[in-house]
Amino acid sequence: MTRVDVHAWIGGYPWRHLPSHDAQSLRDAIEREAIAGAWVGHLPSAWWRDPAPGNRELASALAPHAGVLKPAPCIRPDWPRWRDELAFALDHGAPAVRAYPTLAGLGPDHAAWLELGHAVAEAGMVLVLTQRFEDMRQRHALDVAGDLTAAHVRALARGTRAHVVVGAANRTMIEETHFGLTAAEQERVWYDMSWLWGPPDDELAVLLTTIGANRFVEGSGWPLRLPEQLRAARELLPTAPERAEFVAAGTLVRLAQKTSSIAPPL
Amino acid sequence: MSEPLAGTEPLIDVHAHFHWAGTARADGGRVNARRLEAGDRIGIRCHVASILGTWGHRSPTYFSSPADVRAGNDAMYALAHAHPDRVRAWVHVNPNEQAAALREIQRGIAAGAIGIKIAAARRADDPLLDPIAEFAAENHLPILHHLWQHRTRHWPGQDISDGADYARLAARHPRTTFVAAHIGGGGDWQHSLPAVAETPNIVFDLSGSGIDRGMLERCLQWLGPSRLLWAADLTLDTGLTKLRALEHLGLARDDLALIRWRNAVRIFPPGAFPVLGPEEAR
Repeated sequence: MTRVDVHAWIGGYPWRHLPSHDAQSLRDAIEREAIAGAWVGHLPSAWWRDPAPGNRELASALAPHAGVLKPAPCIRPDWPRWRDELAFALDHGAPAVRAYPTLAGLGPDHAAWLELGHAVAEAGMVLVLTQRFEDMRQRHALDVAGDLTAAHVRALARGTRAHVVVGAANRTMIEETHFGLTAAEQERVWYDMSWLWGPPDDELAVLLTTIGANRFVEGSGWPLRLPEQLRAARELLPTAPERAEFVAAGTLVRLAQKTSSIAPPL
Repeated sequence: MSEPLAGTEPLIDVHAHFHWAGTARADGGRVNARRLEAGDRIGIRCHVASILGTWGHRSPTYFSSPADVRAGNDAMYALAHAHPDRVRAWVHVNPNEQAAALREIQRGIAAGAIGIKIAAARRADDPLLDPIAEFAAENHLPILHHLWQHRTRHWPGQDISDGADYARLAARHPRTTFVAAHIGGGGDWQHSLPAVAETPNIVFDLSGSGIDRGMLERCLQWLGPSRLLWAADLTLDTGLTKLRALEHLGLARDDLALIRWRNAVRIFPPGAFPVLGPEEAR
């Protein structure tokens, strides 16, 4: 079964040094973990006012790795001519785009937020969000924008037909989102499992039972976090059937089927 | 039975926790069983564990009352006695009750505890900790102290310490081995490593949910493999993750063995790990 990392980036991080953050290093890392490909964002663009230059850098950096690393350009929907960036993403075969509403100062009820959801749905793309970049307890004094909220995700799921992947979401955020949606709305929201703890508390195992394995995809958070976590979390699920179910459901086959206008993820 | 996920070389988790009936959790027994089960799957030979009072049920976790300290420790000793090969105990104390803490440590030694756990009820460099540190040196007991990496502000629920605070205590007690808790347990880990680097009697455990890239490289850069101890704390999956990442960094097998278990054998009292063979335990 093909495994895809839907929550990776290239590029530096404003708040600390990273050992590596280039495309080849990402490719090496996912290959080491038997992951066939990745949807890749441009990490610095999350903080840039205009993400367009970062999207060009991203496309250029990933070009030598076409077929393995797919771009997930950054869209800031309150910025003039943001639809040009969506078109740029489509032109470059992007399966997804990324957005960071709290870093842009957008609340869940901001009109531009829902406009983005509508546009992404119309384009047949996936919108990848990030709840957090690092642990709240270690953040830089200037890093005060706050995490993505469950309300942001609920607003998209309720008000648009966008398919959304929430990366680095913790258990509370996932539960507040999932159980705040209708069954039909829930079907449009996926979560990566990188911030759900394994044993002994077994948050991931609990959510696989309460929410369902078919809501989860794999996202590493590279270059910020160790990609070995994906394998460890899967291997430490309580029982073999749960592990097998997760492996099957953790692929993007279902997600790709939902977003029919784009090419398969790899 | 298949080979453990972390291989067959000995592996000791020096920072583990268990639950007991006196806490507010109804599923404590399940969580305890899962720690042992998942530990077996990973290949953990021994969990060196503590119970911090009632985990907040009757007094705060990091400010446990003397009665809760004793009750939690008793529950911990019972678990260690129930699993003598794979569970050993830290004796947990609240240094604000200094005389009671010293008595509790002596009681703990008699019950089989192999180290002293101090949570966050007092700043690490407070003189109240000095008699405890001195007692630890006399009895070859390591101290495991809860740390918050880089104390830039106060946080509720803890009288928090950072690496610099801990280094001041360790400098006053050079014969005592101090374990700095959970480099991945929150806070600015980049600050802690240089803060304790010049204090050789501080070693760091690698536990905590944090799996930031670059953290392990910095640990090796500042402390080297002889001052690092593998551990998991509350999240065994991130412990396994870091173990594999260490292997990927290309550590020599002997250096990896130091982190996995040999450093633990060195800092704990002789015979602390009966699960190891006589050759390994040496």
